[in-house]
Amino acid sequence: MTIDELRGRVADFLATHDPRSTDRLEFLRARYDAGLAWVAFPEGHGGLGVPQALQAEVDRLFVEAGAPDNNPSANGIGLGMAAPTILAFGTDAQKARFLKPLWTGEEIWCQLFSEPGAGSDLAGVATRAVRDGDAWVVNGQKVWTSGAHNAKYAILVARTDPDQPKHSGLTYFLCDMTDPGIEVRPLRQITGEAEFNEVFLTDVRIPDSHRLGEEGQGWKVANATLNNERVSIGKTALRESGMIGVVARTWRAQPERRTPELHDRLLRLWVDAEAARITGQRLRQKLAQGQPGPEGSAMKLAFATIAQQLSGLELELLGEDGLRYSDWTMVRPESVDFTGRDAGYRYLRAKGNSIEGGTSEILRNIIAERVLGLPAEPRLDKDVPWKELQK
Amino acid sequence: MSDLNLLPTDVEDDLRATVRDLLVDHCELSAVAAVYDGDRSLVERLWKALSVDLGLAGLLVPEEHGGAGASTREAAVVLDELGRHVAPVPFLTSAVVATTALLDSDHALLGRLATGDCTVAMTVPLSIELDAPGRELASVTADDGGRLTGRVTSVAGALEADVLLVPTVDADRLALYAVPVEQAGVEPVVSLDMTRQLADITLDGIAAELVLADAEAAVRRALEVGAALLASEQAGVAGRCLETTVAYLKERRQFGRVVGGFQALKHRLADLYAGVESARSVAVSAAAALAADEDGSVATAVAQAYCSDLAVHAAEEAVQLHGGIGMTWEHPAHLYLKRAKADQIAFGTAGAHRARLAGLVDLPPVRA
Ligand SMILES: Cc1cc2nc3c(=O)[nH]c(=O)nc-3n(C[C@H](O)[C@H](O)[C@H](O)COP(=O)(O)OP(=O)(O)OC[C@H]3O[C@@H](n4cnc5c(N)ncnc54)[C@H](O)[C@@H]3O)c2cc1C
Repeated sequence: MTIDELRGRVADFLATHDPRSTDRLEFLRARYDAGLAWVAFPEGHGGLGVPQALQAEVDRLFVEAGAPDNNPSANGIGLGMAAPTILAFGTDAQKARFLKPLWTGEEIWCQLFSEPGAGSDLAGVATRAVRDGDAWVVNGQKVWTSGAHNAKYAILVARTDPDQPKHSGLTYFLCDMTDPGIEVRPLRQITGEAEFNEVFLTDVRIPDSHRLGEEGQGWKVANATLNNERVSIGKTALRESGMIGVVARTWRAQPERRTPELHDRLLRLWVDAEAARITGQRLRQKLAQGQPGPEGSAMKLAFATIAQQLSGLELELLGEDGLRYSDWTMVRPESVDFTGRDAGYRYLRAKGNSIEGGTSEILRNIIAERVLGLPAEPRLDKDVPWKELQK
Repeated sequence: MSDLNLLPTDVEDDLRATVRDLLVDHCELSAVAAVYDGDRSLVERLWKALSVDLGLAGLLVPEEHGGAGASTREAAVVLDELGRHVAPVPFLTSAVVATTALLDSDHALLGRLATGDCTVAMTVPLSIELDAPGRELASVTADDGGRLTGRVTSVAGALEADVLLVPTVDADRLALYAVPVEQAGVEPVVSLDMTRQLADITLDGIAAELVLADAEAAVRRALEVGAALLASEQAGVAGRCLETTVAYLKERRQFGRVVGGFQALKHRLADLYAGVESARSVAVSAAAALAADEDGSVATAVAQAYCSDLAVHAAEEAVQLHGGIGMTWEHPAHLYLKRAKADQIAFGTAGAHRARLAGLVDLPPVRA
């Protein structure tokens, strides 16, 4: 399909669904059914199977028409991680059940991966899932779960076979967060807010039909999620979007605060941000509709460094104003916006960018081992049954 | 507006393979190193093979002048490969910069460039900045009879050239003249990068032919295209440094293990990989932007600001991570280091490109 044909489809859709008079959810559901949600997804699942590069133009046309959006910052985990994983590993029934309400934002998703004893070493998770007829019974504790307080569903990695070495005994599930066995407790962050939570799972029942991928294949499925996470965190399509846009605007608005030293740092970071944006664009062109591989780790690594340096620079640029903070009140936010609120918040929130979605140290390991083929770190735990490992 | 295509086309992939095959056969790194000891036999041999046999001299020359009528994208592919092999040939100076300067002139030189019959160098210092005022672009003056007088230092490509393309100033107009190289004083300079050896040019009332009377736009365009495509050469240099360093560290053993398994080194190489990928991206983006005539100046400034320093960093890492052997004349790492360092200064340093960018993207400096 050419870009003009796609533009025609959007125009036809808008002609029959006036964004001003159509109910918001009805509009979003219809947009999904028309294949104009995520256009690279297959027909019947909100897309048209066209190259990802065309998405920007479709989004632009909808924004231009004043159409309601699906509030993506409230469902980053759903859109960026759960959806591509369900698309890749889900049964037809799972795709039909989950993708549409995910895209429209009717069902928000969270990610139940990390645990107190398993962060970087995700394959070490201890949360147990035990088969019981046509369901699984899950017990354990998760931590750092962003948005669990808003979520209807979760992607979950749990141990189904403790006799296997750690990577082989895992299974991936789609977990209903309204199950009575789920308890979500806020964890306050350095910003003052509680964006993330601890989640306790006590005898949570998950039907086997909500298992994603085969039993024992959880590590493989989880890696698809992680690779998607690394290309979705910090993804920017337009020049000067994201943190660099914010800081560039501050620079333009505050001529009296400029110094030659800050100018030099700003320009270096502007170049770095632009290089990262173009590299992301090139990577997405390369991936076309395939699944991202370990190369995306380089993107996420650059994104985190640049966001942290820029947000630090902005506080220095603001000088006295940089000493003030908007609000330390503990709240549980509805959405995550790295560049939202004030400069102090941005500075503090950016510190998480090199931890969430794989720390920068882990990403360097991944690039070195899986992209460059350098020897793996010595592993003492690789071939030992998980239950025998020292915890 | 959809995104510029940043992936190679099939034609570009074929071109790369052809150039690489030729360089693998005809550009041995030992012969490149010999250039530093005064044996320049490789230069002429290799340039003939590339320019005439492969026809690369005429890549950017329009078809009506007998060239291939290709775009900056294809030229960038060639430069990437030349960078990977630190090839000592005047492709950038003749087939890119001088050719671009002549594109609007319709001059017969274009036809001779296309066949590889004639190699041309524009007489500006290699370190010229893109925003340099006219009098720095052109330090030579022409009298009423078209006789040129003046001196230009640190010119790249002049030693390999048959014809010099000389920018001149009078009052406020910049013109371009052609002079056969034998008529000029060409003094070779012992250069940091002998694979792109410089020369000082002296013109002593030499009769010359006027090529373009109003040449400022053409000269500036030529420098911009040169700078943009130099980024691909830098990406090639950096990519090769990364590859050879990774390969070496997978073999070299100390403390009973392969040293590439030490995390301190793995993390440095992972960072370098991320940098090289970004360098490739911005280099391709600059070449594509110029080919599509979309926002080429910003893309060029970004590519130079990024690639200039990254290539030097990659070469410095290559020396360091090879240990003692990286310090030897024997090992080719120094060829890359010297090329990278000279390239960093060519067409202005990264800092100069950042300063230019500040104006282009409205991030003004401190008010005077
Ligand atoms: C803001 C935020 C949001 C998050 N949201 C979610 C979420 O929604 N869902 C979810 O499941 N998780 C989430 N996380 C958790 C995140 O994925 C983990 O924090 C992360 O993987 C690191 O694990 P850890 O905290 O246990 O640190 P550890 O793994 O204990 O790491 C401690 C330090 O050791 C380093 N280190 C560890 N192993 C190595 C190694 N092999 N080589 C070198 N260095 C090493 C790490 O880089 C780090 O610096 C979130 C985290 C943050 C900060």
